[in-house]
Amino acid sequence: MTSVRRAAAILLASIYVVCLFPGWVAPFDYAHQFRDLVAAPPSARHPLGTDALGRDSLSRLIYASRVSLLLAPAAALLATAIAALLGGVAGYCGGGVETVAMKATDLVLSLPWLFVLLIARAWMPLSMLPWQTIGITFILLGSFGWAGAARVICAAAASLRSSDMLLHAKACGCPRWRLFAMHVLPNLRSILLAQFLILIPVFILTEGNLGVLGLGVGEPLPSWGNLLRELMNLPAVAERPWMLAPLAVFAMVTGCFYLLTSPGDYA
Amino acid sequence: MGPLLKPALHILATAVLGVLLAGALIRMAPGFGIDEREFDLRLNDDSVRRIRAEAGAGRSLWSFYVAYGRGLATGDLGTSRALGRPVSELLRERIPITLGAAGAGLLAAWTVALTLAMVCVHCRNAVVDAACGGFNALLLCLPAAALGLLTMLVSGQSGRAAIVAAAIALAVMPRLFRLTRGILAEAWSSPHVACAMARGISPVRLMLWHILAPSAGPLLALAGVSTTLAFGAAIPIEVVCDSPGVGQLVWQAALQRDFPLLVNLGLMVCLLVAGSNALAEAASGVVGSAGRGR
Repeated sequence: MTSVRRAAAILLASIYVVCLFPGWVAPFDYAHQFRDLVAAPPSARHPLGTDALGRDSLSRLIYASRVSLLLAPAAALLATAIAALLGGVAGYCGGGVETVAMKATDLVLSLPWLFVLLIARAWMPLSMLPWQTIGITFILLGSFGWAGAARVICAAAASLRSSDMLLHAKACGCPRWRLFAMHVLPNLRSILLAQFLILIPVFILTEGNLGVLGLGVGEPLPSWGNLLRELMNLPAVAERPWMLAPLAVFAMVTGCFYLLTSPGDYA
Repeated sequence: MGPLLKPALHILATAVLGVLLAGALIRMAPGFGIDEREFDLRLNDDSVRRIRAEAGAGRSLWSFYVAYGRGLATGDLGTSRALGRPVSELLRERIPITLGAAGAGLLAAWTVALTLAMVCVHCRNAVVDAACGGFNALLLCLPAAALGLLTMLVSGQSGRAAIVAAAIALAVMPRLFRLTRGILAEAWSSPHVACAMARGISPVRLMLWHILAPSAGPLLALAGVSTTLAFGAAIPIEVVCDSPGVGQLVWQAALQRDFPLLVNLGLMVCLLVAGSNALAEAASGVVGSAGRGR
């Protein structure tokens, strides 16, 4: 591991520790309003100032990190599980199953992802409780983000199909489901882990886009997406540049994930 | 006829599948076939029945497909519920705006990405590689909507079309750069390039004839994919930049649950994506066979 990757890993680990215990780290509750301090500049009490509703920006950023950084891996886990099942079965079975599954994957991959997510989000009720919007947002991400991973996993499973190990297990009379569960999937572990890690920053970015569009996590619960939505008030951003702090943290965390998953590129 | 028939069938199948899925989505959506006017106490039973008939309450999925197909055959794409205007009129107004911005953005993204990739591959210098990679990584780490907002902030919100094009270019460029650099680096490592370098061929000639020309096939295939990337980026960017294009229309349709509009937008996106991919694939095939011929 290069020093840059090591630094990225340490930084991410520290941010995750903070996210796990926001109540201990954040100076205030994310919804607490200081009505005499609306849109206040940074101070010792409020290091990132307050937002337009007088809520402490640092506390909201910490709570938002919890939502985005804990649920993006959960969505990535769901997407990887779907990809493992679809891609793994397609690659393992081969023939018509593989052709149909890969055609479906190609179709999902070829459509703009945000467009598919918007259509799927429109299908669901728009006025929901904040915690329900969290679930919906990340379940949608997980349900539609599997295609790229499925393609890779299918290729890996197809290469295992004619391996000596599987031929031997088949010759010993091992049933097909057991072959898949006990011999194919465990051998795809490293690929599954890589796909899981690759999907996390993708989902963080997509949640950011959905949040800015007002289709992500609902207020007053903070997420990185709805913190970025505050940047739509451009005159206020020009006056109070510290409002860009969530975007800087967002870029830093996503960058750390990219550094960890594509070491050859930037490390 | 064969080479043309296959992509045409593929485009048609993708479009039909898109419409079938979007139609099924509409039928399953909560609140399908209910019109707010039904709750107006001033209307009598006959009026309510007529409104229900207009809204298609109780209409089966198949009859929706048949009605939609008939309308499509006559050029009638229906009426947007939220905007109260014919969908064809809305699309006619907005498609040129998005095509213009996405086209300009794609051109800029390709120019910058290809130039940076050529510089990285040609220089083979750790500092240049890290600088290009770092710039690319920074852009890759920001959501398209944030890139749109930052572009507006930096440019002082002047020239909306140019801002949208610039933001699309910034969103698409890092993805293109990663892929083009990989393609060019692979071409660079091939034996004929080493041979050409040993013969003292000029760097420009080497890049144009021995690296770019053999990579034209994969680069053209990537051009098809970049259309999808550009359209995907156009949705949030048009929303934050308040540009009245198709991206903003998709967002409005999703927010207002305007399903007739969403079905047609789905059809349009399927046709656009399948068409551009088929075109890129065909061009890639032609370039590949010409290369083999040489």
